[in-house]
Amino acid sequence: MKNQQTLTIDGNQAAATVAHKLNEVIAIYPITPSSTMGEWADEWSSRGQVNLWGTVPQVIEMQSEAGAAGAIHGALQAGSMATTFTASQGLLLMLPNMYKIAGELTPTVFHIAARSLACQGLSIFGDHSDVMSARMTGFGMLCSNSPQEVMDFALIAHAATLEGRIPLMHFFDGFRTSHEVAKIAMLDDDVMLAMINEEWVAAHRNRALTPDRPMLRGTAQNPDVYFQARESVNAYYQAMPGIVQRAMDGFAKLTGRSYRLFEYVGSPEAERVIVMMGSGAEAVEETLDYLNRQGESVGLLKVRLYRPFDAASLLAALPATCRKIGVLDRTKEPGADGEPLYKDVLGAVAQDFSSGESKFSVMPKVVGGRYGLSSKEFTPGMIKAIYDELKQAQPKNNFTIGIHDDVTHSSLDWDASYRTDAHADTFQAMFYGLGSDGTVSANKNTIKIIGEATDLHAQGYFVYDSKKSGAITVSHLRFGPKPIRSTYLIGENDADFIGCHQTIFLERYDMLANAAENAVFLLNSPEPVERVWASLPARMQQQMIDKKIRFYVIDGYEVAEKSGMGKRINTIMQTCFFAISGVLPQEKALADIKHAVEKTYGKKGHHIVELNFKAIDETLASLHSVPLPTAVSSQFDIQSRISDAAPDFIKRVTGEIIAGRGDALPVSAMPVDGTFPTGTAAYEKRNLALEIPVWETDLCTQCGKCVMVCPHSVIRSKIYPIEVLANAPATFKHAPMLGKDFPAGLEITYQVAPEDCTGCTLCVDMCPIRDKSNASRKAINMQPQPPLRETERDNWDFFLSIPEYDRRLLKTNTIKGSMVLQPLFEFSGACVGCGETPYIKLASQLFGDRMVVANATGCSSIYGGNLPTTPWTKNPEGRGPAWSNSLFEDNAEFGLGMRIALDKQNEYARELLSALREPLGGELVDAILNADQSDEAGIYEQRERVAALKRHLQFLNNQSAQTLLQLADNLCKKSVWIIGGDGWAYDIGFGGLDHVLASGRNVNILVLDTEVYSNTGGQTSKATPLGAVAKFSAGGKATAKKDLALLAMDYSNVYVAHVAYAGKDTQTLNAFLEAEAHDGPSIIIAYAPCIAHGVDLSNNHRQQNLAVKSGHWPLFRFDPGKIKQGKNPMHLDSPEPSIPYRDFVKTETRFSMLWQTHPEDAERFLEQAQQDVKNRYHYYKQLSELEWNESTSVSAVKAQLKSESAKETDNG
Amino acid sequence: MVDLTTEYIGLKLANPLVPSASPLSHDTDSARRLEDAGASALVMYSLFEEKIEAEEHQMERFFYQQSIGHNESVSFHPMPDNIQTYQEQYLEHLQQLKSALAIPVIASLNGTSLSGWVEYGKQLQQAGADALELNIYHVAANAEESGDAVEQRYLDILQELKGQVSVPIVMKLSSQFSSPIHFAKRLEVAGADGIALFNRFYQPDIDLETLEVVPKLELSSSAEALLRIRWTALLYGRTKLSLAVTGGFHQTPDVLKALLAGADVVHLCSVLLKHGVGRLAEILLELEQWLLEHEYDSVNQLKGSVSQQHAIDPSAYERANYVQVLDSYSSPAGVLR
Repeated sequence: MKNQQTLTIDGNQAAATVAHKLNEVIAIYPITPSSTMGEWADEWSSRGQVNLWGTVPQVIEMQSEAGAAGAIHGALQAGSMATTFTASQGLLLMLPNMYKIAGELTPTVFHIAARSLACQGLSIFGDHSDVMSARMTGFGMLCSNSPQEVMDFALIAHAATLEGRIPLMHFFDGFRTSHEVAKIAMLDDDVMLAMINEEWVAAHRNRALTPDRPMLRGTAQNPDVYFQARESVNAYYQAMPGIVQRAMDGFAKLTGRSYRLFEYVGSPEAERVIVMMGSGAEAVEETLDYLNRQGESVGLLKVRLYRPFDAASLLAALPATCRKIGVLDRTKEPGADGEPLYKDVLGAVAQDFSSGESKFSVMPKVVGGRYGLSSKEFTPGMIKAIYDELKQAQPKNNFTIGIHDDVTHSSLDWDASYRTDAHADTFQAMFYGLGSDGTVSANKNTIKIIGEATDLHAQGYFVYDSKKSGAITVSHLRFGPKPIRSTYLIGENDADFIGCHQTIFLERYDMLANAAENAVFLLNSPEPVERVWASLPARMQQQMIDKKIRFYVIDGYEVAEKSGMGKRINTIMQTCFFAISGVLPQEKALADIKHAVEKTYGKKGHHIVELNFKAIDETLASLHSVPLPTAVSSQFDIQSRISDAAPDFIKRVTGEIIAGRGDALPVSAMPVDGTFPTGTAAYEKRNLALEIPVWETDLCTQCGKCVMVCPHSVIRSKIYPIEVLANAPATFKHAPMLGKDFPAGLEITYQVAPEDCTGCTLCVDMCPIRDKSNASRKAINMQPQPPLRETERDNWDFFLSIPEYDRRLLKTNTIKGSMVLQPLFEFSGACVGCGETPYIKLASQLFGDRMVVANATGCSSIYGGNLPTTPWTKNPEGRGPAWSNSLFEDNAEFGLGMRIALDKQNEYARELLSALREPLGGELVDAILNADQSDEAGIYEQRERVAALKRHLQFLNNQSAQTLLQLADNLCKKSVWIIGGDGWAYDIGFGGLDHVLASGRNVNILVLDTEVYSNTGGQTSKATPLGAVAKFSAGGKATAKKDLALLAMDYSNVYVAHVAYAGKDTQTLNAFLEAEAHDGPSIIIAYAPCIAHGVDLSNNHRQQNLAVKSGHWPLFRFDPGKIKQGKNPMHLDSPEPSIPYRDFVKTETRFSMLWQTHPEDAERFLEQAQQDVKNRYHYYKQLSELEWNESTSVSAVKAQLKSESAKETDNG
Repeated sequence: MVDLTTEYIGLKLANPLVPSASPLSHDTDSARRLEDAGASALVMYSLFEEKIEAEEHQMERFFYQQSIGHNESVSFHPMPDNIQTYQEQYLEHLQQLKSALAIPVIASLNGTSLSGWVEYGKQLQQAGADALELNIYHVAANAEESGDAVEQRYLDILQELKGQVSVPIVMKLSSQFSSPIHFAKRLEVAGADGIALFNRFYQPDIDLETLEVVPKLELSSSAEALLRIRWTALLYGRTKLSLAVTGGFHQTPDVLKALLAGADVVHLCSVLLKHGVGRLAEILLELEQWLLEHEYDSVNQLKGSVSQQHAIDPSAYERANYVQVLDSYSSPAGVLR
C-alpha cells in the first residue's frame, strides 16, 4: 500500500472520476444534483482523457433520462461497459430499462445523487425517495456516506457488477454528499486495475449481441415459462452479497480502507442500535462515540449493500446484546405501515428469531422512523433523541425526527442545543455572500488551500438561495485534525468565524446567532471604523457584547476598486479570513492564496493575477480591528420583510420561511396537498437594486416600452381621472394622458416598485426618448435607490391603491394600451435582466384573468413556483392565473389535459344550461350560449351574464341547477397556456408537444428559448445553435438548431410565431393576441437571452436585435386562419439578414470562446451558420410569397422551395 | 538598375515599401502575396492591450465568476483548459509568418499602460520577431495629466520593453505632441531605434439617429500624407532614429515625397486594403521608373534630399506657410463669403 494522493473534491466529482475510468459509453442527461457528474465526464472526454484501458469514453447527451437508460441498455447489449448518472425523476424515467438491464443480468453501475421525488411539491434536495422507488427493478443498491466512500464504492460497485452480473445503483445523498467538498484519498490506476479482473470484462464482451455470433435476447414469453425464467436469476442474487464483500476485502488490501456489507460501529455490548444508510450515519457515528464515552452503550449498523439484501450478514453484524433497534429511513411510503429499510430489518430479525437459532435471547424490538427528507437537517440532538426513545419500554414506532408533527404526532422531541465534543479541535466558519460575489468559489479555494497545504481534514458545504437574482449563499467550512463526520450544518453558537460579505445582510439575517463565544466577526462594509458599530442592528450589537465577539471590518469594495479588481471582493475577503482566523500562519496563508490565484488564472490571465496579487497585498492595510463598546446604541433592528398588512397565512407561514425559520414550522402549518396562495412575491421586499429607474414626466411620450421590457414587472403604468390625485403623496409623479383614444381629464403615471426592482437597467435601455439638450438623459434614468426608497415606497403604495383602468377601453393591440394592463406575474426570483419573464408577464397582462398555466420544470417553474414567495398573482376582482407544474417531460400533455377538462366542463355546462332554458328564461340562456368572447368587452359581458345566471341558479332547487352552479364559471372563456423552456419543448417533452400540436385543441404553447438547459446550468439542448459552446458541447455544437417552428408549421392548423420582443415589440404583442385568438393549438417560440450565453444581461436587447438582424432569429408569424381566407398564412416580420452572422456571434462568449479553443472549427461553423441563416430566411421568404389555398400545407409546398445556395447555382 | 535598398532600424531592406499593421497579415496567404508583390518587410497586425484585457475580463466574468448562487447551476459554461489566448494566437501566427516569409517581420504591440502586456515582448522576440513596433495608443483626455506625463508614459513603456528584448524597437507616435523633435530625441536617448509617424486614431462619430457616439474607422487618404512628410523633413538629420511614415501613402508620388523628406521606409495600408495587394508591386515599379527617369542611382541618394536641412527653402516646412495657404484659398464661383 503506497501513499495515496489526496484531493479536495465533492462527491459528484469523486463518482465521475471512477465512472469515467471504468466505462466506454456514458449516456447523460442533466438533473440536479447529479448534473455535474455528467459534466465532468463530458469535459474529460472532450479533453481526450482516457479510461483505464487507454481509450477515451464516448459521452452522449440524450433527450431524457429514459433516452439515456435506453442508450445504456443498447451499449451494454452491444458489449460495452456503460454507465449513467441521475437522480429523482430522472431515475424514475429509467425504471423500465432498469428492469430490462437487470432481467438480462447485465453488469453496469448507475451513480445516483439521491434526491426527493416531486409529490406535493418538487424538491431538488436529498433523500432516498428515488432509489427506494427503484428497489424492485432488480438492480443491486450500494450506498456511500461521504465523498471518500463515493469514490471507493464507485470502484467496488464496478468490480462487483462485472463479476456478479447484477447491475448496481451506487447512490449517495444529494447535496449533502454529492456537493460536499472534502479532502479525500484518490484512487490511482493501479488500484483500479487490480480491482477489475479482465476475465470479467471479457465475459461481458462475450455476451454481446453480434452478427458474428448471432443470438436473440428479449423474447416475449408466455405463461408456460415466464415465471420459471424469472426465478432463474436467483443464484446470481444469492451470490452477489458475497461478491460485493470480496470486492470490499480486496479493496481494503489495496487501500487500507475497509468496508462491510453491514458495518457495525459502537459499543460491542450495545442494547440500543440504530440501523440506517447514507450520510446521516456519519453524524450518528460521531454522536454515539460521544454518548458511549459519556457512559452509554449504543451502536449503529451502517447498511452498505441494501440490495440484494443479505439478512444473514445483517444479523451477524448486530451485537447479540441488542434489544432495541431503531431503523431510520430517509424516505416516506404513504399508506405503508413502515418504510422499506425498516420492513426489511424487521423481517430479517423476526425470521431469524422465529427460526429458533437466533443469537438474540429475546426478540429485539424493532421500530422505524423517518428523518432527513429533502435534506432536512439531521443533528446530534436528533440522534440523541432517537437513542433516548429507544430506552423506552415501548419506543414509538413510525416516528419522525427533525420536524414538529402537531397533526398525527409522529415526531420525537429533541434538544436543538445538544452538542457532542466532536468540534473541540475543529475550526468552524460561516460566510454570508451574494451568489454572484464569488464568496463560494473563494471558500472552495480556501478548503483546497487548507486541505492541500496541511494535514488537516477539511469539509465545505454550501447553502444556496432559491432565487436567481440577489441570491444569498451561506458557506459552512470545517477544518480539524480528526476526520469530520458532521454531516450537518454549523449550528447555533458553534461558529468560530462569521464572515458577512455584504452589508445588506445586516438588516436581514441574524448572522451572529451561530457565532460561538469569542468568535471572529468579519464585516465587509463601506462604513469607516469609527461609524461601523452604529451601522449594526441592536440585536447584533447585543450579541457581540454578550459573546465577546472579535470584530473586524474592511471596505472590500474600496480595496477592489483601488487595486483594479472592480467589484470583485472574493480574494480580498479570503485574504481577511486567513489573516484573522489563525487557521494557517499568515505568511504561509498569503503565499498559498497567491499560489491558488496563479493556479486558477495561470498564464491565461496574467493581468488578473497581477490585480489579485495587488488586492491581496493591499487587503491587510485596510483590515481593521474594531474595539467593542460596552453598550448597545443602535436604534434599529433586523426587520421582517413581510408587512403587517399581509394576510395571516403569509405572515404565519411565508414570512417564517423568508426569515429562515421554515424548519420550525409545524406540520399543521403546511397545506396538505401542496396548494399555496398566489401573489406572495409582492410581500417580500428584497431591496436588491443599488439604483432604480426614475421617470421624467417632461420627456416621456407614454409609449409603454419600459413596462413591456421590465423582467420583474416593477415598472407599471396606470391611467386614472385627475381627481384621484387628491390624496396623492406630494412626490407622486403624473402627466396628462396623451393620445386621441383617451378623453380629457385623464392622467397617467409610470411608477417603479423601488423595493422590488433588481436594477437591471433594461427599461432605461429601451426608452427611445432623449433630452434634446442632454443626450444622456432619457425619459427614464437610473438613480441611487436608498435616498428614493422611502418616498417611492409611499408612491408605489398610492399607485397600487388607484383603481385599474377599464380593460375594455384599452387598445390592447398597441404597446401603449396593453402596457396599462395589470401584470399578474410580478417580482419573480428570475435573474437580473432575465430574457424569459417579459413574455410571461405579457401573457399575464393580456390573458391573466382567464389563464390556466401548465409549467414545465425548469427556470420558469423555479422562479414561477419556488417557495417561499411566488410571482403569479391576481387582480382586484380576485381573478388571475392558476398555475401548476407537473413534471419536466409531460408538460404539453398536462396542459392538454387541462384544456380537455375545461372544454368538457364547458360542454356539460352548456348542456345543463340548455336543459334549464325554461326556468332561466330563453334570453339569458341564448345570450350565454351565443356569446362572443373574442375581446375584453365580450368576456366582461359574459362574466356579467354568468354572474346573473349564478344568482338565478341559487334559487333553483334541482340537481341540474346545482351542478350548473358549480360549473357555470366554465361558460366564461378560459385560456390554457403551456409554458416551458427549450429543454422541454425541443428534447424531453418533444414527443408530447408534437402530440398536443397534432391534437388540434385550443392551447397556447410558449417556448422560452434560451437555447440551453438554463436551470441546470447551461447544458446543450437541440435548440442550441451550431457552433455554440455549451456544457456537453465543449467543442461547439456540431449540428444545427432544430427548426421547431417549421416542424409545427407542418401541421398547417397550428398557429406558429417566432418572436423576440426587443427585436420588434409589436410583433411579439400581435403574436400573443393571435395565438390566443386562434381556435386551435398555437406555439410561440420566444427568443430569451440568458446568462448562459456569456453576455451581460444589461445587453439583453442588443443581443435580441443582433440575433434578428443577423438572421439567427427571424421574426415571423404563421396564422392558419388566413388559409381559410385564401391568404398565405406565413408572414415574415423581419427583413433579410442585414448584418453578418459574425457580428452577432462575436458578442457572445458561448460562440466567441470557440475561436480560442477550436479556431478552425469556429470558422467552419460560422461559415455554415451564415449559409444556414441565409437559406432559412430565403426558405421562409419563398413560403411567405407562395399562393395558398385551403389544401396547401407547408409540407406540400416544401418541394417547391429552394435554398439560397441552390438559387445561386440556378442563377449561374 | 536603381538601388532600391534602404536601411531601417538596422534591417537591410530590399526597398522602402513596408505594409503596416493591418488585417492583411492575418493570414499567411495574403502575407505571402505581399512578399511576392515586393514588400520588403511586414509589420504584423497589432496585439492590442485593450483586447488582452477584454479577454481576461471576459474569462473572469464568464468562466471564473459564473456562479449566481443557485443550487442547480453553479456554472453555465464548460471551463475550457485548452483556451488559446489572444496573445498565444498572436505568437503562433507570428511563428507561422516567420516560417512562411523570407522578409523581416515586425511585431506590433498596441497599448497605453505599463502593465503585463509589455512583458510579452520577450516571447515575441523568441517567436522570431525581427523588430517590435510599439504603438502607444493614448488619448490624453485626462485634464490632470500634463504633456510631460504623457511623454513619460511613452518613455516608461519603451524602457520596460527594452528590458525585455534585444531586437530593435520602433515607437509609433501620435501626431499630437507639443514638440515632436524634442520628444524624438528623448526617445532616442531612451533606446528607441526608430519612430513611425504617425498613428491614426479611430475617430468617435455621432450617430444622428441614436445620438450615440460610435467609433468609426475611415481609411486614410493621400491628404494625410503631407503631415507625415513635414515632420519627417523636420526630423531628418536631427536624430539617429530610423524614420518611417505611415498614414495616407497611396500613390507613388506620396512615397517619393516621403523619401525626399527623409523617410527610411514608407508604410502602406489603406491603399492595399482598397486596391489589393498587387498595388504594392505597381508602386514599386513606378518608384523605380521615376528614379530611373530622374536619374537617381539609389533610394539612399534620394533619401532626405528635400528634408528641412536640404530644402531649397527650409522655412517652408515651418509655420510661415500657414498664412500663405489660407490666403491662397478662394471659394468657388457662386459661393458667398
